[in-house]
Formats: sequence, C-alpha cells, structure tokens
Amino acid sequence: MDIPYTVEVRRDTGLTNGKIGIWLFLASEVMLFGALFASYILIRTGAPSWPRGDTILNVPLATFNTIVLILSSVTMVMAWASLMRRRFGTFRLYMGATILLGFVFLVVKYFEYSHKFHDGLYPSTNNFLAIYFTLTGLHMLHVAGGMAVNAYFWGPGAKLWKTNPVWFTNRVENSGLFWHFVDLVWIFLFPTLYLL
Amino acid sequence: MTSDHAADMTGDHAADIDRHVRVYITVFVALMVLTIVTVAVSYLDLPIAMAVTVALLVATIKGSLVACYFMHLISEKKLIYAVLILTAVFFVALLALPAVTHSNGYWIPE
Repeated sequence: MDIPYTVEVRRDTGLTNGKIGIWLFLASEVMLFGALFASYILIRTGAPSWPRGDTILNVPLATFNTIVLILSSVTMVMAWASLMRRRFGTFRLYMGATILLGFVFLVVKYFEYSHKFHDGLYPSTNNFLAIYFTLTGLHMLHVAGGMAVNAYFWGPGAKLWKTNPVWFTNRVENSGLFWHFVDLVWIFLFPTLYLL
Repeated sequence: MTSDHAADMTGDHAADIDRHVRVYITVFVALMVLTIVTVAVSYLDLPIAMAVTVALLVATIKGSLVACYFMHLISEKKLIYAVLILTAVFFVALLALPAVTHSNGYWIPE
C-alpha cells in the first residue's frame, strides 16, 4: 500500500502528512532542548559562582562554527529551491555543500572537545562543563543525524526524483526543516554557553 | 499536476522561487550581521542582566528569521501554527520552572 498524502495535501489539514509529521517531531525536539535549557538555568542560578563561557571556551572557533551552520542553512534552502526550479544538478551541488558544511562543523567541534580533554576538562570537572558537553553533545548528534538524512537524499534516495519529483522535493523540504531547526538551536546555544 | 500538490513545480512558481531566493540571501546577510553584533556586544562587558537580555534578544531575532524564512513559517498552514503555539506554551512553562523553584521554595519547600 502506498503511503498516503506524500504529494497531495490532505483536505482537512491542508498539508502533506510528512510536513505535519516533521513539525510534530520538531515540537518534541523543542521540549527536549527546552528541558536541558531549563536545567542550565536552574544550575546556573543556583550556583554561588559561574564562569563566563569565554574564559573557558574558544569564542573564535564557535563564531566560525556559527557562520558555518548559517551558511549550511542557506545552502539547504537553496537545494530545495533548486528542486522547485527542476534543476537537479544544482540541487546536488547545494545539498553536497550542506553535508560538507555539517562535516566542517563537526571537525571544528572535535578540535574544541579534544583541546578541552587535553587540558583535563571533562563533563565531570564542574557543572559548567557538564551542561556544556551535554548540550553541545546532543546538538552534535543532531548535526550528524541531519547529515545522514541529507546524504541519503544526495545519494541513493535521489532515485525518487526520476519517478516522483514532487514527493522527492517534499522530502527534501522536510529534511531541510530539521536542518534549520538544528541551526536555530545553535543560534541560542552559542551566546548562552560561550558569551554569557 | 494539480494545484493540490504541495510542491507544484510549474512555470508560475518559478518566478515565486526567484523571489524567495532573493529573500534567502537578504536573510543570510542579516544573520551574518547579527552574529557579528552578538560577538561584539560580548566584548562590551555589560552587566550580566543587560548582557543576557541583549544576547537573548539578538538570538531571538536570528531564530525568528530562520524560522520565518528558511522554515517558511511566515506563510504556513493553521494546523502548524496551532502545534507551535501549544509547544510555545509548554516551552515557556518549562523555562519558568527554575524561576518557580527559586521563588522561596513554593515547589521545593525549604
């Protein structure tokens, strides 16, 4: 049996099932990160003293990573726009760039983490580092997950373009929604952890 | 293809997409400028309350730009707005919990 409403919109919701599905998932993600942000606020306000992020963390590297993620959001939305213009070759370029930028983000994060470990700074060292590693670690998992889905649509999943381009375009839009959400979370993580 | 298709790729839409692409580039420039503002403000050594307010305000503007334009929330269907309003209510409640627990032990008796 075919999955219903992948291409046509449902009359009652005005949406494809995939679209409402990804938004419900993102709503649950807001609560997941929200719980950790709430924990951060609780731990920080309850602490007798709290270090400024920039005294421990590397602000230039994180600024670079912020730019990388924003760029990747632009290439992601351009990948979708390319499909809307029926330019599959351009889609591949933009989607490839999005995956590559995600990879750059993870490499930079790897250097940040290993530098911390080298200095003997672990999640168990103090509350600041515990919440830093938890929040950025969870965010990194999201970046890796988004990259995996995007890589699938760049590679084997792209076969769908030949048989059902509208469905393929909708799938890319949905994976884009997740990717932008990951960017959005970082937009809040960056000042909260590194600058305040 | 009928007009019911979520991603209708007809000639009429090509012009729309061109317009969208121009918006994406404008939003990108705005996000870059705001990133510079975020970092620059942190060098001003503002008092913590002021620093938090400014940082979260700028982050909220940036987040709204991403949500409205890259995630197309500026023109989305009612059901998605309904889901997000419900999410926002619970999110605010979640973030308010630490404040409640600190308000003289109303939730956690001292």
